[in-house]
Amino acid sequence: MGDVLSFRSGVTVTETPVALADFLGASNATAVRIEPGEDVRALLSSLDRIALVEVAFPAFGDGRGYSAARILRESGYAGELRAAGDIGVDQLIAYTRCGFDSFAPDSPLDRALVETTLNRFADVYQKTVDGRRPVWAKRHEGTIHA
Amino acid sequence: MYIYDKFDQSLVDARVEEFRDQAARRLAGTLTEEQFRPLRLMNGLYLQLHAYMLRVAIPYGTLSGKQMRMLGHIASKYDKDYGHFTTRQNIQYNWIKLEECADLLADLASVEMHAIQTSGNCIRNISSDQYAGVSADEVADPRPWAELLRQWSSFHPEFTYLPRKFKIAVIASKEDRAAMRLHDIGLELVERDGRIGARVFVGGGMGRTPMVAPEIRDFIAEDEIISYVEAALRVYNRYGRRDNKYKARIKILVHEMGADEYRRQVEEEFAHMKTLGLDPPIAELNRIRAHFADPAYETGLSDDIDRSDPDFALWMDQNVAPHKQPGYAIATISLKPVGGIPGDASSAQIELMADLATRYSMDELRVTHAQNIVLPYVKKVDLYAVWQELNGAGLAPANLDLITDIIACPGLDYCSLANARSIPVAQKIARRFTDNGKEKAIGELKLKISGCINACGHHHAGHIGILGVDRKGTENYQLLLGGSGAEDASLGTITGPGFDEDGIVDAIEKVTDLYLAQREGGERFLDTYRRLGMAPFKEVIYG
Repeated sequence: MGDVLSFRSGVTVTETPVALADFLGASNATAVRIEPGEDVRALLSSLDRIALVEVAFPAFGDGRGYSAARILRESGYAGELRAAGDIGVDQLIAYTRCGFDSFAPDSPLDRALVETTLNRFADVYQKTVDGRRPVWAKRHEGTIHA
Repeated sequence: MYIYDKFDQSLVDARVEEFRDQAARRLAGTLTEEQFRPLRLMNGLYLQLHAYMLRVAIPYGTLSGKQMRMLGHIASKYDKDYGHFTTRQNIQYNWIKLEECADLLADLASVEMHAIQTSGNCIRNISSDQYAGVSADEVADPRPWAELLRQWSSFHPEFTYLPRKFKIAVIASKEDRAAMRLHDIGLELVERDGRIGARVFVGGGMGRTPMVAPEIRDFIAEDEIISYVEAALRVYNRYGRRDNKYKARIKILVHEMGADEYRRQVEEEFAHMKTLGLDPPIAELNRIRAHFADPAYETGLSDDIDRSDPDFALWMDQNVAPHKQPGYAIATISLKPVGGIPGDASSAQIELMADLATRYSMDELRVTHAQNIVLPYVKKVDLYAVWQELNGAGLAPANLDLITDIIACPGLDYCSLANARSIPVAQKIARRFTDNGKEKAIGELKLKISGCINACGHHHAGHIGILGVDRKGTENYQLLLGGSGAEDASLGTITGPGFDEDGIVDAIEKVTDLYLAQREGGERFLDTYRRLGMAPFKEVIYG
């Protein structure tokens, strides 16, 4: 695995995440890894002791991890949320919009391309968990709050 | 119709540049074909048997004259001078070069069009009723909700890598002209106690495991539709099967989980979603709705039509539908000439249709899921002039909903998935039923042909369906009877052993002859089949 690419302020968590089952057991770990198909809601009762959730993407075409991330952020999780595995630059916008703020790609990403990609779309159509105001809110500026 | 504002335009323009960059990386070799594939698919670009095919989105099938003109221009500039209108109200070009694709997308963006999410495992173009806004039987024009859903689904970050593709239809009439219950999500707008909302059907579809969608919610208020659909998609994204692409559509999840359990999970997710403020405000729906307000109709127009030209009278009776506004009519241009390719139109024909829309139809056209084109606002006094121009361009077959108005997929002539050719079979059937003069007597008969079990030609939903299969290296055609994509949705049943190309045409003549002999009252073929059952039809084919 290559270096971690982080968009968080502060340092990235260096602790190696433990499997969900181990975490839910007697573990004192503060970093946990979610595999596709595992129910991320199992973590919701322990969010206050988690510093890192790593969501595994063994194949970029398996999009379950996007829901996992968004559910965590919707539930108030504010710690590091890392996408790990088959991560391509062309998926970065979707990842960040779903709440991921750090990345551990199998192959390193071209930093210049990362910058271009993340700045390409000035606007978004949906409200998600990244704090960006969707165009429907901008269109009705002053009349609604979103 | 909907007009982009600066936000819509900037998003579509940004997408063109994103694709230009991705295509350049592919051409330079920094992206492998495997990495590029899902990216190009999300821009509607397929690698087919002979070349790249590009599918352009026509949101809910509505087009302006200017947009239609651009589709003709693209056909002549980037393709071999024709385009193919599809069963999802889109258009496809079959001979596209990767090097030119970004320029093509930029041309589309200049008229507020795109190819976003016309393929890939994401939410596809939203489809709707081709008579939206002009038929008398609708609760409301369904297109504002379709546009709201178009925007919500465009670049939706959570639903970009779903288990499989996802199709949504919105209608607002009891009469279903959009095969709504054969979609992953079908929304039927209804009015309850003075409020507009939607009945929600989830888990319909064709393909190898056809299913008619069960109702999942009886009523969702108009300003909660987005969050409800979002909840429905999240349950699918999390629990839809990913181990087998043939079992990955939401219909399999709903079927295996059971509609009740699926509903329970969606409701739970919806309760959570409702706390997040995901729904655009009613002000946004109203903003969009204003774009679909009735055009400035002329009043005091005559409803009289001079029917003295018998060919025109035939076309009138078959292809023209009543309009909600006195003095106006809805005219359907059939893209099913005998001997032609269903849904194909040349650049010149596309440009003529654009021109007719500008001059005679408030500058608007619709594409139907049956691969025809609608002029939705024609004054009755102009119908003869419109017909004359169509007739001069080979665009006036008087066969709407008749046996030669065939839906067919591109089949083995173009498609890399197909097992058998569809187009030559469609052509043979059209010729047979034109030569034998029975078409008119048979009346409404929806015939649909797919060249493989993926069912792009909707064969399951045909009153008569044909499925092309490969049997030991030769093309073989199975016959299905009794399907419907309308409000009486049902799936066709296979008659028995398949036929060769000529055999299938003979078999269709036999079943339609039986219908003509046995029909009672005003029965359509489908009604007679439902009354008699399969046995007599089987007997006449194989007996």
